[in-house]
Amino acid sequence: MANVTMTINGKQVSGEVESRTLLVEFLRDQQRLTGTHVGCDTSQCGACVVHVNGDSAKSCTMLAVQADGADVTTIEGLANGDDLHPMQAAFRENHGLQCGFCTPGMIMSAIDLVKNNADPSETEIREWLEGNICRCTGYHNIVKSIKAGAEAMRG
Amino acid sequence: MTEQGIGASVLRKEDFRFVRGRGKYTDDINLLNQTHAIIVRSPHAHATINSIDKAAALAAPGVVAVLTAEDFAAFGGLPCGWQVIGKGEEPMIEPKHPILAEGKVRHVGDPVAVVIAETKTQARDAAELVDIDYTELPAVIDMREALQNAPAAVHDEAADNQCFDWEIGDRAAVDAAFEKAHHVTTLELINNRLVPNAMEPRCAIGDYDNASGEHTLYTTSQNPHVIRLLMGAFVLQIPEHKLRIYAPDVGGGFGSKIYHYAEEAIMTVAAKVLERPVKWTSDRTEAFLSDAHARDHITKVELALDADGKFLALREFTLANMGAYLSTFAPSIPTYLHATLLAGQYTTPVIYAEVKAAFTNTVPVDAYRGAGRPEATYLLERIVDKAAAEMGIDRIELRRKNFIQPDQFPYDTPVALTYDTGDFEATLAPALAASKWDSFEERRKEAAQRGKLRGIGISCYIEACGIAPSNIAGALGARAGLYESATVRVNPTGSIQVLTGSHSHGQGHETSFAQIVADKLGVDIGSIEIVHGDTNKIPFGMGTYGSRSMAVGGVALSNATDKIINKATKIAAHLMEASAEDVVFEDGIFKVAGTDKAVPFGDVALTAYVPHNYPLEELEPGLEETSFYDPKNFTFPSGSHICEVEIDPATGELEIVAMHATDDFGNVINPMIVEGQVHGGLVQGIGQALFENAAYDSSGQLLSGSYMDYCMPRADDVPSFTVDHEVTACTHNVLGVKGCGEAGAIGSPPAVINAVVDALRDYGVTHIDMPATPAKIWNIVNQGATAQAAE
Repeated sequence: MANVTMTINGKQVSGEVESRTLLVEFLRDQQRLTGTHVGCDTSQCGACVVHVNGDSAKSCTMLAVQADGADVTTIEGLANGDDLHPMQAAFRENHGLQCGFCTPGMIMSAIDLVKNNADPSETEIREWLEGNICRCTGYHNIVKSIKAGAEAMRG
Repeated sequence: MTEQGIGASVLRKEDFRFVRGRGKYTDDINLLNQTHAIIVRSPHAHATINSIDKAAALAAPGVVAVLTAEDFAAFGGLPCGWQVIGKGEEPMIEPKHPILAEGKVRHVGDPVAVVIAETKTQARDAAELVDIDYTELPAVIDMREALQNAPAAVHDEAADNQCFDWEIGDRAAVDAAFEKAHHVTTLELINNRLVPNAMEPRCAIGDYDNASGEHTLYTTSQNPHVIRLLMGAFVLQIPEHKLRIYAPDVGGGFGSKIYHYAEEAIMTVAAKVLERPVKWTSDRTEAFLSDAHARDHITKVELALDADGKFLALREFTLANMGAYLSTFAPSIPTYLHATLLAGQYTTPVIYAEVKAAFTNTVPVDAYRGAGRPEATYLLERIVDKAAAEMGIDRIELRRKNFIQPDQFPYDTPVALTYDTGDFEATLAPALAASKWDSFEERRKEAAQRGKLRGIGISCYIEACGIAPSNIAGALGARAGLYESATVRVNPTGSIQVLTGSHSHGQGHETSFAQIVADKLGVDIGSIEIVHGDTNKIPFGMGTYGSRSMAVGGVALSNATDKIINKATKIAAHLMEASAEDVVFEDGIFKVAGTDKAVPFGDVALTAYVPHNYPLEELEPGLEETSFYDPKNFTFPSGSHICEVEIDPATGELEIVAMHATDDFGNVINPMIVEGQVHGGLVQGIGQALFENAAYDSSGQLLSGSYMDYCMPRADDVPSFTVDHEVTACTHNVLGVKGCGEAGAIGSPPAVINAVVDALRDYGVTHIDMPATPAKIWNIVNQGATAQAAE
């Protein structure tokens, strides 16, 4: 067992983990941050995407001990109370989600895209989403949401 | 139409929790003192279990129990909910589907043992230590092989591996029509096996309260009452008042979460045995091996035409794979949900279908988005294109020539259905215009100049959904009713709870169902809460599948709301000292016509619960009404889907350059949600046509058993779509709605494949089996191979 300490959504937390414990298990099972989802076991679906030190990362593909000392943001850390992050608002306003299961990963991934590319084209958005699978929306409204979210983030 | 009423694109109420990660899915629930289960599954497709040694697993850290079939000996097998009667009144063969394998395993992934431990990792570690001694048996994987040579029997009860041999239609009349035909087109095709792949893996948590004797099962289900009925009455013999099924937020279903699965019964039993909650969450690999698969037909279809291209007759011979056991609704899919749609949009006077269902050592196959109708639409829209090419008739003109005309409705097809309404030209014409069909040849030429092969394809579909009516379904073998329920509970201060038997797992009921009530009662949508998924709260309901939520559940809700208005009108009349006949209800206010007397809905609600001035001798207090609605007929959405593709002959790579859908769903409650349903369906259909395939090797190992191997459509595989709709209102429900959930997946596969065949026409291609992968296309283009040889 190892002790890890990290900042999650602005709050410092510590916990005992096995060396094999995944970051997503630490988030979901120990921190009860269940907004980060697990949709596969081969690092393909992207439902578990969080931000680690500001960059998107698949929390199913990272050990909790690797995040020791890191600054982690999950979907729960984006909104300020009822005040949604522009990307969250854009997904809601553009019907960018149906069952909602892939949505946290999609939003976290989209924010990282816009951080690096403030005005992504449809092609760039679609290529960026290669690591996020959605089975409900056919991606049409996700692409539309990210376009709108990027515009809102540009302000 | 108001901003929040019927017909408005109201933003979804549920999204405010989902975008913040505040949804509550089953795996997000953790109970006090909970244990964790891992299922030990068969690595073999077919084997005898000689022995199971639990000792090492039981001795492992944290393990509290290891259960095998003998622990479930007191219980029944998993029931099948639909009995098909074959030729000569022969009922289908229905072998036992045990909760855990009894002496034999019949597919890779068949559950054999359950390890329960304090933590999931302890359970997983210990699962490795369960020592099972198997003797492998020959595996039956290929359906043709299973039925023709029967190298082994999957079940002793079916030595020839045949579950049923079923037919529909007048074979003699069809054969006679073929004798006289000017032209006969023949097509052999495969409808590829798929894995539904809802993004949320299945999960079940069993809990037992030994004080009250009540079981609770938290589960990823599309229909909690169906699970309560099947598991309570048929498997575990738990009386329904002691069994609560709760399906909270569910992350997609597409059919795969209709069925009663073994894990639900296992967790329910284990929780009582251990007197502790037991949780199981599937991982994706496990989902590939244990969620019901889909489609998997091998078909020969023939179309007879006269010299003008009028369809004279259609006949189909299909082999349908049931997998190793009969899943809940499996037998109904290739029969009553498939062959009854073979008329399509056309006036084909006689039709015959023969469907033979086979047991194989593969995962059970059941309904998946469209369920039988995609298979019918695919073979029909493919053979129409092939016939057009063979006869030198324009493929649009051939379709138009055979359309059922608007004045022919209600239209009795030769395969048991009566279409109540439709207008196929009304969806064809705008689809052709939107996709610039007429100028396509210019785009083909332009692409050719760039060295690309461009093709366009169309599919004109009709489907039957809004699954019900109960009496017809019952006559066809359904072992359950197919109505839907709704309760409207008006609270004393005027807020409203709607308790619905429908279940939302992405469809947006919390919004669209609230729109119906808001529209009818004139109250703010924010004061309406939709409650679903919990059998301890909602009236008995049949749940969500077969695009039935709005057409059955929505109508039940509309009817219950009408009952509220009826009673509230009487209360309002009393308050205004008027006759109920003189009271009108508009925009949430009751008025006496021709006077200035008025009382708002909220005052009436309060009066119903504080009945100080109330006609108690005539009317009970309270304002809560329930309706159970059983439709008179299926609903029949229809439409035209058009796909345009471009192929790079050097690589076989294919790009969908445009895709358009014009659908007729009848009246639309929330156009934004309906368009979203179409988008999602289109991509699942494109997935089947171009990417997805559940491939088994000859030993029964699933080769495409992960997202590394099973090609799920990604965002960069598909385009943005254009979608519109035309309306012919359903004639037999008060909302005039038809259902939109499955249409995208039904109409799109033949549109895509017709486009691919069109692009490859200069290579002599008349058919290509799904999925039309770059490798298949490259082989055709570069090796002059036929599509079949490229298989």
